[in-house]
Amino acid sequence: MSLTFDDGTFIRSELETPLPPPSRNLGVIGWMRENLFSSFLNGLLTLVGIALALLIFPPLIRFLFIDAVWTGENREACLGPDVGACWPFIHAKFGQLIYGFYPIAERWRPNVVFALGAILLVPLMVPSAPIKRLNSLLFFVVYPIIAFVLLTGGNINASAFLLERFGLISPLTGGATIAGVNLTFWVDFVLTALIVAAAIGALIGALGGAALSAARSTLYVFAAFGVLVMAWDVDVGLDYVETRQWGGLLVTLVIAVTGIVASLPLGIALALGRRSQMPIVRLLSVIFIEFWRGVPLITVLFFATYMLPLFLPQGANPDALLRALVGVALFSAAYMAEVVRGGLQAISKGQYEGAMAMGLTWSQMMRLIILPQALTLVIPGIVNSFISLFKDTTLVLIVSIFDFLGQLRASFTDPNWASPVTLYTGFAFAGIVYFFFCFGMSRYSLFVERRLNTSHRR
Amino acid sequence: MTDLATPASGGKTSFINDPKVRSIGLQLIALLAVVFLGWMFVDNASENLAAQKIATGFGFLDNTAGFGINQTLIPYSETSTYGRAFFVGLLNTILVGVVGIILATVIGFLVGIGRLSKNFVVRLLSTVYVEVLRNLPPLFQILFWYLAVLSAMPGPRNSINLFDEVFISNRGIIIPRPLFNEGTGTVLWSIGAAILAVILIHYWSRARQEETGRRLPMLPIGLAILILVPLAAMYVTGFPIGIERPELKGFNFSGGARVIPEFVALTVALATYTAAFIAENVRAGIQAVSHGQTEAAHSLGLRNSQTLRLVVIPQAMRVIIPPLTSQYLNLTKNSSLAVGIGYPDLVAVFAGTTLNQTGQAIEIIAMTMGVYLVLSIITSVIMNAYNKRVALVER
Repeated sequence: MSLTFDDGTFIRSELETPLPPPSRNLGVIGWMRENLFSSFLNGLLTLVGIALALLIFPPLIRFLFIDAVWTGENREACLGPDVGACWPFIHAKFGQLIYGFYPIAERWRPNVVFALGAILLVPLMVPSAPIKRLNSLLFFVVYPIIAFVLLTGGNINASAFLLERFGLISPLTGGATIAGVNLTFWVDFVLTALIVAAAIGALIGALGGAALSAARSTLYVFAAFGVLVMAWDVDVGLDYVETRQWGGLLVTLVIAVTGIVASLPLGIALALGRRSQMPIVRLLSVIFIEFWRGVPLITVLFFATYMLPLFLPQGANPDALLRALVGVALFSAAYMAEVVRGGLQAISKGQYEGAMAMGLTWSQMMRLIILPQALTLVIPGIVNSFISLFKDTTLVLIVSIFDFLGQLRASFTDPNWASPVTLYTGFAFAGIVYFFFCFGMSRYSLFVERRLNTSHRR
Repeated sequence: MTDLATPASGGKTSFINDPKVRSIGLQLIALLAVVFLGWMFVDNASENLAAQKIATGFGFLDNTAGFGINQTLIPYSETSTYGRAFFVGLLNTILVGVVGIILATVIGFLVGIGRLSKNFVVRLLSTVYVEVLRNLPPLFQILFWYLAVLSAMPGPRNSINLFDEVFISNRGIIIPRPLFNEGTGTVLWSIGAAILAVILIHYWSRARQEETGRRLPMLPIGLAILILVPLAAMYVTGFPIGIERPELKGFNFSGGARVIPEFVALTVALATYTAAFIAENVRAGIQAVSHGQTEAAHSLGLRNSQTLRLVVIPQAMRVIIPPLTSQYLNLTKNSSLAVGIGYPDLVAVFAGTTLNQTGQAIEIIAMTMGVYLVLSIITSVIMNAYNKRVALVER
């Protein structure tokens, strides 16, 4: 609209509607001009990138799906000229890749352990699920005990605790056993617990402290330990499966989960030690943390395999998997300590001061105020260190423990399945499995991180 | 007035409730526990060693090793000592570390910048690269490169031929080897002199720019000096540095230098794996520089390349360097995975073969761990020094 006067003057009273942009800057073409071909170099990069993608993805999909062999009994099925992935090979080796040489009749036991782990873990990971405290207690304390009993069969032979080493108990009990439990050990254990508790109570009392509460705390520690040993000692009627028969994904998960579960309390203790006011405790923590962080995991495994047996009393010959687990737990505890320390440092000083002003003791302050906040903050960090631990479990194949990757490597040598594509099929399958686990966990860690971010944004 | 500092009725609370006494007591207990543990280990170890008749001490380092190593940077034969084998392994570890770090840095920076590119194709490819490589175990990747890629290369007779200079086969990569004849020293000195000259000119031109505002075209000048001076030295001394080209003779190559496939697999796998982490650090570092910095640089009239080089990168580096350091350390430590494919690094040669032959686990594993600890400390000292130099100086 405009106004026109008699003398021909022209006044525009409204803005003219803008012209649409040139058609070559619009739509798909415009987007491509803007983003893909904005300059010569950019265009070149686009073309190289497309060529690279064409070189990688279509052949990969053809190998994995289109040209793949899906059924077959042995290598004959996978010998053709243009054959893709040999999936029957994975099918035939699947049991070994998951369970190793765990007896086939007993495979329900790892299955129960897997299922139980999943049932406990999923609600723990969903932020809105209720009863977190009970859930984490179940997952971090009860579950490992049940898993241990199920996987090994339990029924360890606990025969002597302390007093029996001097031959004091067996004359009393005569070596009787009830339900696979050696009475000698338990009489020994209970007596030792009472004596130690009384001694500590007397010592604290003599120094003017609270004798009864000291004795009670000591008994609690013994009781917790006793429940643990009792669970392993009772004969639940399962066959013993030695760890040499374990393998595949089972071992991978056992190492990763044990590593993370064992490293959490140890890591928290080390992190607190590193931030402690006591110089000797701090120094010891720093030395421990920096030592394990400075050496590669392989040397730790060599240490656990060759050096640890030398440090233990003669005759004590811990099982190979247990030794590796000790190494992994110490190693990951050092990393966990640094993660937890990050969380502790992120808690403002006011929280500490507030807790102290309320008259809480140091342990109350940590347990009720600081650690709950700090540990929530570092969940992404814990998940990330779990991812790297999960990837690092592959190293145990170097000390002849057959984890998932080790089992895969062993299956390559089977002449029944020797074909040109066996190797690639195996790597493709293992790659997919590892990627599934690690990528899934890293997405979860990102999700938690985002969630924590919004709750702290002002 | 009563003194508030002392309790009214002294003696009611015990001295063990005094925080100072408690702290000293706790530390004493901790120290005693550690000492006891150490003493127990030493005691058990000496008993076990005596029972198994294993020698102690470092005397074994002078004994003849008796095994061969398929990649040696210093002269080594089966009659050399274990001590010599230690250094061969150490140098091989360092070689993988250095080559891997250089490769990983280059790939990591390219991919990291690619993840921020406006170009959709480049961004997608970079993202796929980072997510895939970061989420697969390094040992898996090393085995993949070794078993699935390099072992699948053609034999020497059909090897992949790059310009008649480089041959890739399942026995490794054959590259031309430089030959050093008499007069090489002069040429090397001239290269050193050229580098020194470039550094001096660089400082001078910076001082000049501060004073007058005029810039010297440093890139062409530097390149010219670096190329022309050694060339002139070569000409004067009669071209002492030659190149020996590999040639296929019968079933194998003669001449040239062979890079063993284990080295290639290990280095490529570690470099690409670490590069994925470096890429994420680089991306985070660049994103940490606020956009206002770029806009301010543009409004001052700096060109795009100058903005990047003088404003964005120096600030991004401040954020990138600390995590980059730990990635370099990780790569060096991960090079110990060499033992999985038989590359003769420190762990494979020393903690593997030597340990099996001598059985002296304590000395050997302590030495191996010590080496990695020292490497860690050296790397972090160098990087901390650099970090200090680029760190933000506030008032």
